[in-house]
Amino acid sequence: MLNRRHFLSRASALSGLAATSALTPAWARSAAALGTGVLPSLSGTDFDLTVGRTPFSVDGRASSAITVNGTVPAPLLRWREGDEVRLRVHNTLDMATSIHWHGILLPFEMDGVPGVSFPGIAPGETFTYRFPLRQSGTYWYHSHSGLQEQVGHYGPIIIDPAGSDPVGYDREYVMVLGDWTFMDPHRLFAELKKNGHSLNYNQRTLGDFFADAREDGLGAALGDRRMWGAMRMTATDIADVTGETYAYLINGLGPDDNWTGLFRPGERIRLRIINAAAMTIFNVRIPGLPMTVVQSDGLNVQPIETDEFQIGVAETYDVVVTPAEDRAYTFVAESIDRSGMARATLAPRPGMEGEVPALRDRPLLTMADMGMAHGHGNHNSETPEEMAPDSVESSHAGSHAAMDHGGGHRGHAGMDSMGSEAGHAMAGHGAANASPSSSTTVHDHPTGPGVANTATMPVSRLDEPGIGLEEVPHRTLRYSQLRSLAPTADHREPGREIELHLTSNMERYMWSFDGVRFSEVVDPIVFHEGERVRLTMVNDTMMPHPIHLHGMFFDLVLPGSTGGHEARHWPRKHTVIVKPGERLSVDVTADEVGDWAFHCHLLYHMHAGMMQVVSVRPDPGDANPSHHSMHGDHTMTGEDM
Amino acid sequence: MRVFASLSLVSGLLVSSPALAQGTWNAADAYYDAERMDEVRAVVQQSHGGMRHLYLEADRLEYRSGSGEEALLWDTQAWYGGDLNRLWLKSEGEYNLDHSEFEEAEIQALYSRAVTSFFDLQAGIRQDLEPGNTTYAVVGIQGLAPYWLELDAAAFLSEDGDLTGRVEVEYELLITQRLVLQPRAELEWALEDNPSRETGAGLTEGSVGARLRYELKREVAPYVGVSWSGRLGETADLARLRGEDPDSLSLVAGIRLWF
Repeated sequence: MLNRRHFLSRASALSGLAATSALTPAWARSAAALGTGVLPSLSGTDFDLTVGRTPFSVDGRASSAITVNGTVPAPLLRWREGDEVRLRVHNTLDMATSIHWHGILLPFEMDGVPGVSFPGIAPGETFTYRFPLRQSGTYWYHSHSGLQEQVGHYGPIIIDPAGSDPVGYDREYVMVLGDWTFMDPHRLFAELKKNGHSLNYNQRTLGDFFADAREDGLGAALGDRRMWGAMRMTATDIADVTGETYAYLINGLGPDDNWTGLFRPGERIRLRIINAAAMTIFNVRIPGLPMTVVQSDGLNVQPIETDEFQIGVAETYDVVVTPAEDRAYTFVAESIDRSGMARATLAPRPGMEGEVPALRDRPLLTMADMGMAHGHGNHNSETPEEMAPDSVESSHAGSHAAMDHGGGHRGHAGMDSMGSEAGHAMAGHGAANASPSSSTTVHDHPTGPGVANTATMPVSRLDEPGIGLEEVPHRTLRYSQLRSLAPTADHREPGREIELHLTSNMERYMWSFDGVRFSEVVDPIVFHEGERVRLTMVNDTMMPHPIHLHGMFFDLVLPGSTGGHEARHWPRKHTVIVKPGERLSVDVTADEVGDWAFHCHLLYHMHAGMMQVVSVRPDPGDANPSHHSMHGDHTMTGEDM
Repeated sequence: MRVFASLSLVSGLLVSSPALAQGTWNAADAYYDAERMDEVRAVVQQSHGGMRHLYLEADRLEYRSGSGEEALLWDTQAWYGGDLNRLWLKSEGEYNLDHSEFEEAEIQALYSRAVTSFFDLQAGIRQDLEPGNTTYAVVGIQGLAPYWLELDAAAFLSEDGDLTGRVEVEYELLITQRLVLQPRAELEWALEDNPSRETGAGLTEGSVGARLRYELKREVAPYVGVSWSGRLGETADLARLRGEDPDSLSLVAGIRLWF
């Protein structure tokens, strides 16, 4: 049948861009005419936000969303550094809700996580948040209750700096990436529990096997299948929830609705890109238009030009683009598993459309993703010493030389030269195929039913752009390229290190830290006030996890730079992607007393138990924690950032 | 009936499973009502890993025609519970359309505990409704063996003291993203002769088959297939003595469902 969805999307296209959705907030609406470039938003210091149920449609298909002030995304909140804001949140839902201010430094009891930092906002209740603004940049806010984030409860925040902004631009747009499903999110989660692969329609088939056998030989193809089969893992397990059910959104609009931002050729446009999706890591690019990354997770970075970057759920990147030509450019945010894309347009006039590139071939996981590094053909085959400073420099120069010697056979999982031998080694979960120089990791956490894999040889992957971006024919961004613009105030060597494993069993759809689901957690992770602590995360799972600590920033430890002066410019992030098979360290200054949520920002992973609490305990000498915690000395101004 | 008594026993076990952990962080208690924080903490922890789900599956729900006989067959299972502890119900059987009677019908109620990454240990009761009316104690394992073999193996001890065993293995071969070939094999074994069931000691029955399904969506998949089943060893001899054909080949058509 010629379905209603198509009919409706045509009808809405005819009715004109500005009318795509009455539910789109004014700032997110496609521009109908070239304005001043100033975004409409809610600004000031006093805000009333009402959480409720509102009809919502995507590409013409009707549904219902949980909204703030009736829109998806929620209103843009425009604050100013140094102000104290007061936000009254009214809950008109028939269930509890909450708002968490993602990346904002504030007293923990204002952080908005039910059961951790406050009791939540009951139906009919109004809760008033109040906190001073100690930072500037692009942030966002969202529900931390149940699965509300999946159904629209998220919105952007811009905090304008108290002083001058080091980033110069003529015009700015906020681009809130999202993923929308017409399924009930609890049903979706239940489906994952019952069959974790059920939404993946990009699995390897018999046809793929024959294609691989033709290309690599029958033995190699068999060996590859045998290895994956022995481990009961799938090479196509890139994303749990896919384009099969998701429509990917930009500013609440589906690809057909085509959100459009207008420009005059030659203008510098700042795009504030926020990944507010529930489960989707995106690869972002604007074909024909290089992007200069100027900020990540709200904090300015030394400008770096790139053509594509991976953005984890909850991360933000600000980029500046300068479209010189009088033509439309397509902004593409392709889901990491390449099962769909969000699409928007930058154009000199409304109604213009650029060419929309086709989805690229789906990537495959490799041995490196299992923490079995140093196998043939994996892209970590360079030694750790080679990885850091040199490649960082070469990437500054705009080359991607660092990637090139990685083997370049990701598409075939690096199995070309791997026969049954390696397959057997892996089946034994052993490090039998380890090169002698690699050290193996000790796993002293509980394993058992919730843990299907342990990374025997995790490595740093900061110098990799992320799954699927190794072989693209243009520049890609890596964490190792990011440098904080301003030096950090605290660059002490950490006094101690805490190692934490990201663990899972895809077959049971169990996700946890150190094999313990949040439902089983008794003791939080304890930081002591004032200490500098190193948190080392080892990803034992086959998926990238955007890990988020509330209340404090991670200083991303770049291997190769030994601390000291260099450490002062390590990138500071509130959310960091830990790649499969990766061992990644962050340093944290534990200067915010209180209880803080710490979790994977993939919503269903968190819901399945991949969450913990970081408890920053006051100095033992201090008898009264409640006095201590709040308006501490550490402020983040432009100077010490 | 005994089945229901054991059912309530097993569900009782589930309900009385150990209380959930309670986190010891409490900084927010200084700002908000401590009792309410306690309640919310419990609910929030429970909803991050402690949820329970209900799963219903009809792996085979089919019409079969072979050796001049027509029959309907069901092979269904369901579970309720969390990640580790579950109550399982399994039922399978066959209704002979030519004779308008149930040839086989059984139901199992099992407590299931995840013991390794890929396997559950199961124990409970099996009740046969046809043939006979026998009750068994069941111990088994169910899970995913290396190379993606779905395995369900159980030992049964009947109220009369007969020990039997059964192993089922299935595999799913993706021909396309929606077209799936599912080969399947099943083998039954008995420790001793059992005249009332017309089985001998050793391997008693086996079947192999392959079903080709099309997943309209993952949960709904009609299929066609072929299935051979036969009595083995002494049991086959006993069948021949009675003048019966010990094995049969059937064409099958059915639907696979799960929710």
